[in-house]
Amino acid sequence: MLSSTKILRRYVIFRSCQCSSHFSNGSVLESNIDVNSKEYQENRTAMEILVHNLKKAVSNAVSGGDSKDKLRHTSKGKLQVRDRIDYLLDSGSPFLELSQLAGHDLYKESVPCGGIITGIGRISRKECMIIANDATVKGGSYFPITVKKHLRAQEIASENNLPCIYLVDSGGGYLKKQAEIFPDREHFGRIFFNEAIMSSKNITQIAVVMGSCTAGAAYLPAMADESVIVKKTGTIFLAGPPLVKAATGEIVSSEDLGGAKLHCSVSGVSDHYANDDYHALHITKTIIANLNNNNNKRDIKNNLDVPEPPLYPDEELYGIVGDNLKKNYDVREVISRIVDGSVFSEFKKNYGETLVTGFAKLCGYPIGIIGNNGVLFSESALKGTHFIELCCQRNIPLLFLQNITGFMVGKDAEAGGIAKNGAKMVTAVSCASVPKITVVIGGSYGAGNYGMCGRAYGPRFMYMWPNSRISIMGGEQAAGVLAQIQSDKKIREGKLLTKEEEKMLKDPVIRQFENEGNPFYSSARCWDDGIIDPAQTRQVLAMSLSAIQNSPVQQTKYGIFRM
Amino acid sequence: MHLSVRNIHNVPTKRITKLLIANRGEIACRIIKTARRLQIETVAVYSDVDKDSMHVAMADQAVRVGPAQSAHSYLLKDRIVNAAIKTNSQAIHPGYGFLSENASFAQYCQSNDLIFIGPPPNAIESMGIKSKSKEIMSEAGVPVIEGYHGKDQNSDFLQHEANKIGYPVMIKAIKGGGGKGMKIVSKESEFFENLMSAKRESLSSFGDDSVLIEKYIQQPRHVEVQVFADQHKNCVYLFERDCSVQRRHQKVMEEAPAPRLSESLRQHLGETAVRAAKAVGYEGAGTVEFIFDNTTNMFYFMEMNTRLQVEHPVTEMITGVDLVEWQIKVAEGEQLPLKQNEIKLRGHSVQARIYAEDPYNNFLPAAGNLQYLDYPNVSDDVRVETGVRQGDDVSVHYDPMIAKLVVWSETRSDAFAKLKNNLAAFNIAGLSTNVQFLMSLCAHPELLKGNVHTGFIEQHKNVLLSKYLPNTELISQAVIALILYEENNTISTNINTNDPYSPFATQTGFRVNHNYVQKIKLKHNLCGEIYDVKIEYCGVGSSNSRFNVSFKNKDTEIESNVIGSLDTSSPNRFHLTCVVDGTLYKSNIAFIENSVHLFNKDGKNEFIVILPFDEKTIDSNEQDTGSNSTILAPTQSTVERVNVSLGDDIRIGDPIVVLTAMKMEYVVKAQIEGKIEKILCKEGDSVRKGELLVKIIPIN
Repeated sequence: MLSSTKILRRYVIFRSCQCSSHFSNGSVLESNIDVNSKEYQENRTAMEILVHNLKKAVSNAVSGGDSKDKLRHTSKGKLQVRDRIDYLLDSGSPFLELSQLAGHDLYKESVPCGGIITGIGRISRKECMIIANDATVKGGSYFPITVKKHLRAQEIASENNLPCIYLVDSGGGYLKKQAEIFPDREHFGRIFFNEAIMSSKNITQIAVVMGSCTAGAAYLPAMADESVIVKKTGTIFLAGPPLVKAATGEIVSSEDLGGAKLHCSVSGVSDHYANDDYHALHITKTIIANLNNNNNKRDIKNNLDVPEPPLYPDEELYGIVGDNLKKNYDVREVISRIVDGSVFSEFKKNYGETLVTGFAKLCGYPIGIIGNNGVLFSESALKGTHFIELCCQRNIPLLFLQNITGFMVGKDAEAGGIAKNGAKMVTAVSCASVPKITVVIGGSYGAGNYGMCGRAYGPRFMYMWPNSRISIMGGEQAAGVLAQIQSDKKIREGKLLTKEEEKMLKDPVIRQFENEGNPFYSSARCWDDGIIDPAQTRQVLAMSLSAIQNSPVQQTKYGIFRM
Repeated sequence: MHLSVRNIHNVPTKRITKLLIANRGEIACRIIKTARRLQIETVAVYSDVDKDSMHVAMADQAVRVGPAQSAHSYLLKDRIVNAAIKTNSQAIHPGYGFLSENASFAQYCQSNDLIFIGPPPNAIESMGIKSKSKEIMSEAGVPVIEGYHGKDQNSDFLQHEANKIGYPVMIKAIKGGGGKGMKIVSKESEFFENLMSAKRESLSSFGDDSVLIEKYIQQPRHVEVQVFADQHKNCVYLFERDCSVQRRHQKVMEEAPAPRLSESLRQHLGETAVRAAKAVGYEGAGTVEFIFDNTTNMFYFMEMNTRLQVEHPVTEMITGVDLVEWQIKVAEGEQLPLKQNEIKLRGHSVQARIYAEDPYNNFLPAAGNLQYLDYPNVSDDVRVETGVRQGDDVSVHYDPMIAKLVVWSETRSDAFAKLKNNLAAFNIAGLSTNVQFLMSLCAHPELLKGNVHTGFIEQHKNVLLSKYLPNTELISQAVIALILYEENNTISTNINTNDPYSPFATQTGFRVNHNYVQKIKLKHNLCGEIYDVKIEYCGVGSSNSRFNVSFKNKDTEIESNVIGSLDTSSPNRFHLTCVVDGTLYKSNIAFIENSVHLFNKDGKNEFIVILPFDEKTIDSNEQDTGSNSTILAPTQSTVERVNVSLGDDIRIGDPIVVLTAMKMEYVVKAQIEGKIEKILCKEGDSVRKGELLVKIIPIN
């Protein structure tokens, strides 16, 4: 009974919203959930546990290295990496931190946050990408995941035209894993390559040397547009004192070899001399303030509506979604808790109903939303393709809310050309030049991942909910396929696969898929840009959309659509 | 409240239609108000620094009279008179101070056919010279106090007279008033130095260094009677005021009627005052000041002020008379609107003078800019008399009074309660004021009992000037105010950009999957206590933002849940509502540079944000810390005299530099023994507070 009065109250709210508006952007989504139902309560509890576990893991990760390392760090007069970021950001600025769980349970060594903090925040009223080593984690040295996270942050900066600020405090590559960080295309060298290329595109590159910056890492400040160095703690050299002594016998202190004074007044490797961390960060703020591209952001004010919060509380997403991927829910219940005023203008509502498409505003920004309400059929794929074309034509960023088991299988589907229709959608997703953002809110399996803009399809940002799963197919399906193959083989040998044998065969596969499909597993490897609390989805998306506005509009050219 | 009586049988001989006000500040504004009500056009005069001031803005016309220094502007008789002639004014109102008690000015007005609103020149003359006034009073049977009021100004002679009267004695400028040129000497050995100082001050303030010497009463009260006389030999009293509460011998809180006075004594005082006024053929508004001895109920004539007093509003409040209106009518030749028996005393009124000064630094004047100024709501019972607005300067050249707050109530205790409440609504930031001090003062139990005397503040200064620690809730409020203010600034600045609603501007303190903990270091400006405050953001971006605030208070860890919202709907007037652990607090907030000022019912608390990095401290050479080897200016002032030369040997207590600020003289003395190394100022220099004046090489 309580829930119906609640819904009634909402109805009144949305009526008054509509009346006050002279023209409509669409209609307010009505919510049909019963917050007192057993299912809702169970879902909520299940999701609360998932979010709790997520926050616990993140809390461990953001605390950085152990207390001994932290004490050694601060005793040198250095600030903790997060204090550096907080001070660098404009007072009160939010920080869209990426891949907090990078490196989570990945190596035998603990590498919280992958040893590097990356994220977008405001500095001197400008959105910037901050890439900051955490020297309390293995001396800030680069593990393979550190390199990957660093490169991903550069990629985001490059795509979205965000100035990069490197807070450098790193001992360089983690030598034990040199083979995994040095030679390949997407390895250490790519960092400097990216610096050069971004600088060439007028994407500002600023390095702040707040610790050691040895060997290869020395190129970070050397290749930056401007660099700042802190006296005493900041050093830049190709080889440190021990290596110099070994190579030439020369005995030199690290300050004389590559300290702030040398680099600011003799070598010219660094441009700004700072007394301490605060001073260095202050100089950095000034550099950003003087970039003279404060209007880098596209002028979008005329297309914007005043942002309105959704009509329904975001915490209700817990009770709607839960943790059981087999249970279906209407993706509109999610949309209505993310978009402005819960207003959604749906496109082709009654055609290909397993795919929900439509226009909305999020924090004032226009978006086209594609969400799953079940398996993709030919019609759904055609509808999705059409909608992507609309968004590209109109320059509206796309938001994919991914909860997909895949495209429909079976004789009818194949005969209906599901392969070529699915391909149309994949072509459209691949070629769409409007910014794309993907949130995996449930399953992400097989070709569904492709059609719904998985990592391979270049979303500008990709986030996962803690309940989501990502794998080539579901664990049970995979186990089933393997069991079937084995059973066929046995039959050819004139034997039968026993129940026990089947279980022995299936169980490890199911376990493997459960483990590898888990968002923690994904996020630890930077397959995404982070796991997010469903209740923070709107805020995270709002900042992602804001960051996107820094990049210019690009025209879309499609490949061949198989007809 | 004000009775406006225009008796048809009482035709003025000279109608005033245009009035020049030879003054500035609140009194000029107050006179303009009455003149406007009486349909009289007004002309203001101003010095260069006053050209944009409130009294100029209020007047119908304004005339420049010279540069900032009053000796070259407001005190120039011919400029003032010429201004009146040029603007066709018929009369000049001198206000108080400046030329208000200058007989030759009154004379000069008369000879130029201008009405001087005040008594006839000879009355000013007789009362202006204190020694002469006492002679007249003695002859008229008004009790006077022992002292030497003669012409012989020889130092040795004066010392002899002082010894005769017996210490303590008071040295006073003969032409003086307002405490300027006044010194109290408690023993013979200190007489000479004080005499010289009094003479210097007297000379610079009044152009005359003659002084008088009087017996100093230990616990006297200052009780004065408002009298009024017309040109038709009518003279009335409008009861008395008690102005005992003083600091630096200047009044700071005045009330009417005087407490603990019997009706018969009140009448006796009034009648004595009328007799005094009549003795000099007085006309217009005047005040007869008495020293009143609480224990003996004896009163002695001190002096007569032949002008409107700063504290005149309390008399207006208890009698319902507009004294400026009466002044104008009397000057026009009308009869007094009321007879003695028609003047009724009603209720009780108190006035507090709000000064730009630092009570914790010996009440030194603190000139500066009124970056934030908000008053209580005015009504029939609450008056605010001021001549400044937010953004105005309180100049070093004139009196540092910002405003007068005057309240009225049926009873004395209600009046003080009302005063305290309204002082709490007097919100000033940008310079030091005495508001908080006045609040402690008007809540002091001894004052409420009426146990006042001129040494009251000195006697109770430990209580009145205690440096209290702020309540812990105030710390929470201060940090939340700062956070919400910055959020508001960010959002409102962003609205004019290409991306007006960017979540990077609105989602204050957002962090992914964890809560942002902000660290703010605050210093309570009064007690100097420093707080390292941690603020955890537990949900921001709605109208009520939630935080966990924690800090160490002395040795206790304080942790509070705080919900705050800042009403920024009226520009520059921010109202903070904060729920700290379930209790709601409201305060007004002002943000000045790096500090946050909280105003609530208990007054003001200023917190300075200590930034982790301050640009100003970088690359600057070693700052002078004001150790004993350096002589720093204690306030913004002008160098009157440098007493030393390069290489001089000096001892502790030697006067090094004499400064003047707000017409007061300050002698800066050596704290150590040594040799003068450097002199960085010269006579006539204008120096800032904390400026290095002289360097001393100490002798070890």
